[in-house]
Amino acid sequence: MKTKSNLERVLESGRFAVTSELGPPQSADPQVVRKKARILKGCVDAFNVTDGQTAVVRMASWAACLIAREEGLDPIVQMTCRDRNRIALQMDILGIAALGINNVLCLTGDHQKFGNHPMAKGVYDIDSIQLVKIVKDMRDERKFQCGEEMAVEPRLFIGAAENPFADPFQFRVLRLAKKVAAGADFVQTQIVYNVDKFAEWMKMVRDRGLHEKVKILAGVAPIKSIGAAKYMKTKVPGMDVPDSVIERLQKVPREQVSKEGIRLCVDIINQLRQIPGVAGVHIMAIEWEEVVPQIVEAAGLLPRPTFGA
Amino acid sequence: MLISQQKPIEEILSYLVNDKVIFLIGCKGCAEGWQSGGEKQVLEMKSTLEREGKIICGSIVVDMLCDSVLTRLKLRAFKKEIAAADSILVLTDGAGVQTVAEVVNKAVHPGCNTLSSGGAHAEWREAERCLECGDCMLEFTAGICPIARCSKHLLNGPCGGSQGGKCEVDPGIPCAWQLIVERLDKLGQLDKLAQIVKPKNWSVSLTSGLPVRRFP
Repeated sequence: MKTKSNLERVLESGRFAVTSELGPPQSADPQVVRKKARILKGCVDAFNVTDGQTAVVRMASWAACLIAREEGLDPIVQMTCRDRNRIALQMDILGIAALGINNVLCLTGDHQKFGNHPMAKGVYDIDSIQLVKIVKDMRDERKFQCGEEMAVEPRLFIGAAENPFADPFQFRVLRLAKKVAAGADFVQTQIVYNVDKFAEWMKMVRDRGLHEKVKILAGVAPIKSIGAAKYMKTKVPGMDVPDSVIERLQKVPREQVSKEGIRLCVDIINQLRQIPGVAGVHIMAIEWEEVVPQIVEAAGLLPRPTFGA
Repeated sequence: MLISQQKPIEEILSYLVNDKVIFLIGCKGCAEGWQSGGEKQVLEMKSTLEREGKIICGSIVVDMLCDSVLTRLKLRAFKKEIAAADSILVLTDGAGVQTVAEVVNKAVHPGCNTLSSGGAHAEWREAERCLECGDCMLEFTAGICPIARCSKHLLNGPCGGSQGGKCEVDPGIPCAWQLIVERLDKLGQLDKLAQIVKPKNWSVSLTSGLPVRRFP
């Protein structure tokens, strides 16, 4: 074990892992975080707390992580390179480790153009792969990016994201290989609706033996409405929503669509479990966190493993 | 006038480590003016590289290397030499290096860092090509600059927002990394991307360095 992360323990034990996501509020209200954390408790092994997702100002990821941890969960701090340079990122890494957070997910971040402050100056001093390497060197070499040494290293389980559906397709596995070489311990993927294409990507991953070097958690998300499905298909870059998904939702009565969306999510989880090399799922139900427990239960993934102290 | 300065010879040699036969290109415009890649510097580079055991199969100094029409025309006369070379070393600013990379089907190495545009923006007018960052990365990106052309200045490949060759930020912007991957694929050098490019030295860029810099 590299860290005290619950997610690492579950993955090392060989159990199929479940993570989810918690979006902090656009306010200073800690109750919103507590409420969402209580929903997720007991049905996930760890959960991401987003870091200004879609470049909208929200409560800082590390702060919401601390609040949620009071509810007894293992949080994953998300850290993007959009708003902070290498100095600020390394300071935050020391800070979160000192506060007892065990996991970090390293991201480049959604471009500021998409958020509520599109006039902001983007930082992008380093990219996500370089951030993974920096955290790895801090943890395993006790070195800052500049090469100077530190007395106490941050013991963090290091995550990265990967999108098997973005272009250029021939480069996507190479990009995962780079993240592994940089030091990623686990990877969470973009939401999978096109299971066939994901399986094709996983085959390329296995051909390179990458699934043995990094734990791959496939991203899934329930769909609330046909409009949401169409929006993801046409408006969200890097999303692959096949027509069959939309057709399946169109076949049920309007009031049944969100239930069908949940069933579809469970079906996809069951298909993903059959793909060799998939170590778990990452359920993204942004602003719909209350359906996560029923998805996990319907997928037969309860109870979650617990470990004695 | 684009202000450039030759990279340290150790860095240039590290780019050429797998190459034996090199074609050299300089520029009679800005690079001649700043003595980073004129006639004299190209000759000096030729003897330096020969001392290091390289074979220089040919060289040319073009009037305005950043003028793609002119450069394409001039390089036509050296078709055989360029075909025989393992790669091309270009001694000029980022705009010139990118022009050469666009007109030849061969790996191109940058021999200089571009410190400043000096108030001008080369002859490549339709788009910004060089942001005078002072720490040229074109070696790792097939002669296409992700500092100037990727919305997130990514150095290790495209983000998850590259779709159909376009940047997620604006469908009018081509994804620089799509172009880089395509060109490396064409050159049979896709494996080059497996290397993790280290965090960049921004201290030498105009935007992170001193507000006003003077050059000799």
